Amino acid sequence: MLKTDVVVIGGGAVGCGIARELSKYHINVIVVDKNEDIGGDASKSNSAIIHTGYDAAPGTLESELVVAANPMFPQLVKELQIPFEETGAILPAITEEQFMQLPAIKEKAFKNRVYDVEYLTKEQIIEMEPNINPEVKGGLYIPRESIIDPFIYVQALAENASENGVDFLLNTKVTDIRVENNQIKAVETTGETIETKYVINAAALYCDEIAAMVGKTDYKVVARRGQFYILDKNTSCKVKHIVLPIPTKITKGKLMCPTIHGNMLVGPTAEDLDNKTDKSVTTEGLESIVEDVKRLVPEVNIRDTITQYSGLRPNRNPEGLHIDVYDDVEGYINLSGIRSTGLTLSLSIGVYVAQLMKRQGAELIYREDFKNTREGIKVFHTMTVEEQEAVIAQNPKYGNIICRCETITEGEILAAIHRPIGARSVDAIKRRVRAGMGRCQGGFCGPKVIEILARELNIPIEDVNKNVTGSYMVLGKVK
Amino acid sequence: MYEVKCDVAIIGGGPAGLSAAVAAKKEGAKDVLVIERDNSIGGILQQCIHPGFGLSYFKKELTGPEYAGRFAEEALNLGVDVLLNTMVLDFAPERKEIICASSENGMTKVTAKSIVLAMGCRERTRPNIQIPGTRPAGVYTAGSAQRLVNRQNTMVGKNVVILGSGDIGMIMARRMSLEGAKVLAVVEIMDYLAGLTRNKVQCLDDFGIPLKLGHTITRIVGNERVEGVYVAQVDENKKPIKETEEFIECDTLLLSVGLLPENELTRKAEISISRITNGPEVDQYMQTSSPGVFASGNVVHVNDLVDNVTVESMQAGKYAALYAMDKMPGEVREVTSLTGNNVRYLCPQRLRIGNEEKAKLFFRVLQPDANVRLVAKCGDEVIASVKEKRVNPGEICCIQIPMDKVGDDVLVEVVKEA
Repeated sequence: MLKTDVVVIGGGAVGCGIARELSKYHINVIVVDKNEDIGGDASKSNSAIIHTGYDAAPGTLESELVVAANPMFPQLVKELQIPFEETGAILPAITEEQFMQLPAIKEKAFKNRVYDVEYLTKEQIIEMEPNINPEVKGGLYIPRESIIDPFIYVQALAENASENGVDFLLNTKVTDIRVENNQIKAVETTGETIETKYVINAAALYCDEIAAMVGKTDYKVVARRGQFYILDKNTSCKVKHIVLPIPTKITKGKLMCPTIHGNMLVGPTAEDLDNKTDKSVTTEGLESIVEDVKRLVPEVNIRDTITQYSGLRPNRNPEGLHIDVYDDVEGYINLSGIRSTGLTLSLSIGVYVAQLMKRQGAELIYREDFKNTREGIKVFHTMTVEEQEAVIAQNPKYGNIICRCETITEGEILAAIHRPIGARSVDAIKRRVRAGMGRCQGGFCGPKVIEILARELNIPIEDVNKNVTGSYMVLGKVK
Repeated sequence: MYEVKCDVAIIGGGPAGLSAAVAAKKEGAKDVLVIERDNSIGGILQQCIHPGFGLSYFKKELTGPEYAGRFAEEALNLGVDVLLNTMVLDFAPERKEIICASSENGMTKVTAKSIVLAMGCRERTRPNIQIPGTRPAGVYTAGSAQRLVNRQNTMVGKNVVILGSGDIGMIMARRMSLEGAKVLAVVEIMDYLAGLTRNKVQCLDDFGIPLKLGHTITRIVGNERVEGVYVAQVDENKKPIKETEEFIECDTLLLSVGLLPENELTRKAEISISRITNGPEVDQYMQTSSPGVFASGNVVHVNDLVDNVTVESMQAGKYAALYAMDKMPGEVREVTSLTGNNVRYLCPQRLRIGNEEKAKLFFRVLQPDANVRLVAKCGDEVIASVKEKRVNPGEICCIQIPMDKVGDDVLVEVVKEA
C-alpha cells in the first residue's frame, strides 16, 4: 500500500503538466500510467503546435486556458531546455469565398483576446512562403503560433516534476477508485493500492472509464483519429511557417508545417472511430491529406515521406472541454474533452486545477526549494566541432554514432536510459534522443539500440520491447 | 583535434571501399586511408554468410565474409590504413578535408589529395512504400533482420511473411527457414521477380516457399506485435483488388522493397546527384562533379552483384590514386551517355574522351525482355552491340564501347533481335 496526497491518472502532457505545477507545493503527488513510458497517447501523436487560441470558441474554458498558456511557453522552454520555435502561422485564403471569411476569423481572434493577428496581402504571403498556391488572394498572420518537440516537452515536465519529488508509476493501470463518505480514499491499480485524498483524472481517451469508477457516466469519449505524414528534411518543397487552411463548418482542415527538427509535417485527418485502439493509417486517409494540402502548397512532395502515423483525439460526447468537481465525490477532479489544444493548455491547466484543489480545502504551501530548471540531454549534432571534441573527451561514448541518419551518439542513448524516468523501450529512446527518427526509420540503429537496452537494463534481449508490454522486438538467441 | 594526412581517403570500408583501396595502392598511391564506422571492415558482406559471391570476379563461389576477407587481407598486406568505429560527419570537397568522430580519437580531421565515396546504400522502409495499418513491433527490413540473425545471433520471429522479391528478401526467406521459422509467403507487387533468378530457385523453390507475383500487402494488423497481414492481388495500375484480399496470420513482416544509395554526405557537399540512381553522377573514372572526389559501389547506383562493385571500385581507386599523384589522363572533351529504349539509367553518365581505348557502361532495363541486342550509338552510327538472351530489371547489363569511335553523345538502347 502506497500513501500520497494526490494521484494523477495519465502521464500525457496534461497529467505531467498538472504534476509539475503541483510539485511547486508541499504536497505528495503520484502519477500513474498504463503505458511503459510517460508521454501519453494523444500527446505523442499530434501536430506538435503550440496554439494561441485565436480560433477557439470565445468565452469557453478552452479559450481561456489556451490563451493563458501560450505566453507561458517562451519562459518554460528556456527553463526546461525544450526545442521550441515561434514560427507564426499563415492562413492563406485561396478562393474569393475564403477571402471573404478573413474578417470574421480576425474578429473571433479578437473575442478570444488574441490581438496580434494581422492581415497579409497576396504579395506579403508569397514573399513569406514562396511555395504557397499562387492563386492566394490574401490571408492572416498569427505570430505566436509555435512549434515544439512534443516528446521532449512532456519528458521535461515529468523529469522536472520528478526532481521536485513527484513519483511516477508506469506500466500501472488503474482498476478502481475507492470513495468513502463521499470522499476519495484510494486508487486500486494493477500494481499497489494507493491511499490518497485527491484523484485527478487526466486519462484522456479513457477518462470516461475512470469517471465511471466514481459513478460519473454523463459523457462518453469518442476517438477521433488524425493521420499524419512526416517528410524528409531534404524534401524538395518546404514551408517556414505553420500553413493553416481556412476552416470549414465541418473541419479545421489539414495543415503543413515544419517540425522543430526540420522535417515537414502534413495532416491530419479527422475520423470518428467506434473503438479507442485503431491507430492505423489508411490509404484513403493519407490520400485525402495529399489532396487537401495540395490546395495550400501545390508542390508538396509526398514521395519524400519518411513516416506516417495516426493519433486519437479524445473527443467528448456531448462536446466541449470540461473540468468538473462533484459534491458527492470530494477530492475528485475530472478532466474531459481535451483535444487538439491539449498540448498547449497542459501548461495552464495545472494552475487551474491547483486553484480547484484549494477551493476543496487543499493546503498548497509553496516550496522554497522548488527547482524550476532542468538540464536536457546534450545533443551532439547541434554542437560546434570544438564542443564535440570536448564532449567526447569527457565521455568517449559521445564519439560512437549509433543513429547515422540523425547523428545520435551512444552517449545520448545512455543518457536517455539512465535519466530520471529513463527510457525502457526502443520507442522511448527514439522519443528522447531521436535515434530511429530519420530516413532509415531505425533500419541501421534499431538492432544496436536493442542490444544497448538489454545490456544497460540487464534484461534478456527478448524482453526488450518496442513500446508497451507484448511488443517484443526479437524472440531471443538463435538455436 | 586529431589530424591525419593521406593521399587517398576512402569513406566506407565495405567491398567498394576495400577494392578501391587495393587499386589505389597498386596504382602507386603512398598513403591510403579507409574510414569505417563499424568496428570491423567488410561492410554489409559480413552479414551475408551465404555463398554466391565472386563467381564472375574470382570464378569461384565464396561467402560474403570470404569475399570481403580477400580484399580486406590484400588491403592490409599492401599497407592500407584503417580508422575503425569512425563516423564521417562532414567533408569539404575542394579542400579534401574530412571531419569525423570516434570514441578513441575524438574529433578527427583527415586531409587527403583525393577522396573516394563508398558509403553503400540503405534499405527502403515500410513508410517509404506507405503500407497501411497499425505500427506494431515485428516489421523489419530484410537487411536489419539479417544483421540481427547473422551478426547478433538473435531470432526475429517464428511466422514470417516477406514483401518484395529482392535478393536480400529471398536470401532471408531461406535463412529464416533454416533457423526454424515458417516463411508463409514472399509477396511481389510486380509480375516478375525483383532479384536474381538463381536466388528464387535456391532460396524459395528448394524450401517450398510460395512466391506471390502481382500481389501486395494491403494492411498490417496488430497493436503490440504483428498479428498478421492482408495480401491482395493488384490490377494493371498496381492497385489492390479488394475481392482478392486474404489474411495471413504471422508475427513478422520482412521488407525487401529496394535499396537507396546513401548520399547524405554527397548532398551536403553539393555534388550533383542523379534523380534516377539517387547517386552521384560520374564519368568513366568514377569521378563525381567535384574534381578529385570519386565514388563507387552502391553509393553510385545499386548493383546486383558485388563482383560488379569491385570492377567499378577498382576504377575509382585507380583514378583516385592518379589524381593524388597529379597524373590524371589529359582530357580532350566530354560527352553524355543517353538512355534509349528500355534503359532506365546509365552509369557513368559522362564520358571523358582522353587517351583511353575503351569504357564500360553499366545499366538497368525498365522491363524484362528476351532475345535482344544491347546497342550503343553515336548519332546513327552503331559503335558497339551485344546479343543478350534475357534482360531483366533485377540484373545489371553492361556494354563496352571503343572510345575512339565516340563522336557526340552516346545513346544506349535495348532492341529486339530481328
